[in-house]
Amino acid sequence: MLRKRLIPCLDVRDGQVVKGVRFADHVIMGDIVELAQRYRDAGADELVFYDIKASTVGDTVARSWVERIAALIDIPFCVAGGIHDVASARAVLGSGADKISVNSRALARPELIDELAASVGSQSVVVGVDSRHVGPNPQDWFVFQFTGSSATIRNSGRRTLDWVREAQSRGAGEIVLNCMDHDGVRTGYDIPQLKAVRAAVQIPLIASGGAGSAQHFAAVFTEADVDGALAAGAFHSGELTVGAVKKYLNDCGIEVRS
Amino acid sequence: MIAVVNTGGANLRSVTNALSRLGAECRLTDDPGLIASADRVVLPGVGAAAESMRRLEAANLISVIKSLKQPVLGICLGMQLLFASSEEGDVDCLGMIPGRVVRLTAGPGVRVPHMGWNHLAKRIENEPLLANIDDKDCFYFVHSYRATEGPWVKGWCDHGGLVPAVVSQGNVWGVQFHPEKSQDSGARLLRSFLEL
Repeated sequence: MLRKRLIPCLDVRDGQVVKGVRFADHVIMGDIVELAQRYRDAGADELVFYDIKASTVGDTVARSWVERIAALIDIPFCVAGGIHDVASARAVLGSGADKISVNSRALARPELIDELAASVGSQSVVVGVDSRHVGPNPQDWFVFQFTGSSATIRNSGRRTLDWVREAQSRGAGEIVLNCMDHDGVRTGYDIPQLKAVRAAVQIPLIASGGAGSAQHFAAVFTEADVDGALAAGAFHSGELTVGAVKKYLNDCGIEVRS
Repeated sequence: MIAVVNTGGANLRSVTNALSRLGAECRLTDDPGLIASADRVVLPGVGAAAESMRRLEAANLISVIKSLKQPVLGICLGMQLLFASSEEGDVDCLGMIPGRVVRLTAGPGVRVPHMGWNHLAKRIENEPLLANIDDKDCFYFVHSYRATEGPWVKGWCDHGGLVPAVVSQGNVWGVQFHPEKSQDSGARLLRSFLEL
């Protein structure tokens, strides 16, 4: 059986790890490679490095930190932020990343997903989706763009369920759904939204936003049937450890990698 | 010296990093002479079968790889390239193992690509590559195509039924997963390959 994945997400700015709470007021959290190793040793199944600055000011991720991580880390990792074309994707993957994630750029030009899938294969193409409930009806979820800063954030006008279906049909290999209404508040994942997205696509789905306790992970795996759960602050603050969450999931009968 | 064949996939560096961590001297190369004279050859690969075969052909590597007598390990797409043909792009491959590579079938709860950590639910006893692997070992899989069944299959994972995950025939081995990304379990398997 495929194991459910626990994925710490390290927000990166200027080669340092920062913690994001509701995408504002970032605090530097420490050396990126040191933190990556810490999570690898703790039993993380995968890591996501999200370069916040790259996605908002338009530069590409510095390959040097990707190379430093790849030399030391023997679990898969994904780099998000700054991937704007096939060349930048190939550069990051060539530096040792396993996947690249596109978000705002794909919203601006959806053909980017097709081009990336054709060039590097769907298995390496993750589409990140920042989604928030806006409107009177329960399923009024919309995709937001340029969420790295309160100055740039905007509603793309695309409905989340339409967008994830389009991303899949264009060749995305995985969706990371960041539920913005739950991000940073640690009151649990957005189960209704994740269930709706789960039902809309067949490719792997990773939940993001809201983790605060081991019970939240168990709930999102059992109720929304996601393939993995991503968390940042809850792990970075030390409130939760990957090992403790895995033990709890195992006790609940949810298969995880030991 | 371990020759890691430059199949043109994007993240071949992971493979050389993993072998280097085990203390092996390795070279990422598409030089036919270096590959022919290496102690062991690793055929990695991420991407599409047809594109990788075109690249091997352009580098005049097909006959060199087919005539290798030393231990060869294909990883992920590299394993698939060892077979006679692939449904992905309907392309003829190296033919070092008979059989065809076909698309995985999605179903309820069975996602394609098969992406994530899985264990080897069934293993052939006495397979030297799996000498230090047991039920607790998980490996990182990322693939949408699978090898067909045959006497060459030595280990299977469970993804909507048993799926070939480890193959071998003669001097040729292949793993569908990424040992270079499978932490301690992967390192143990690569160590076994270095000791074959």
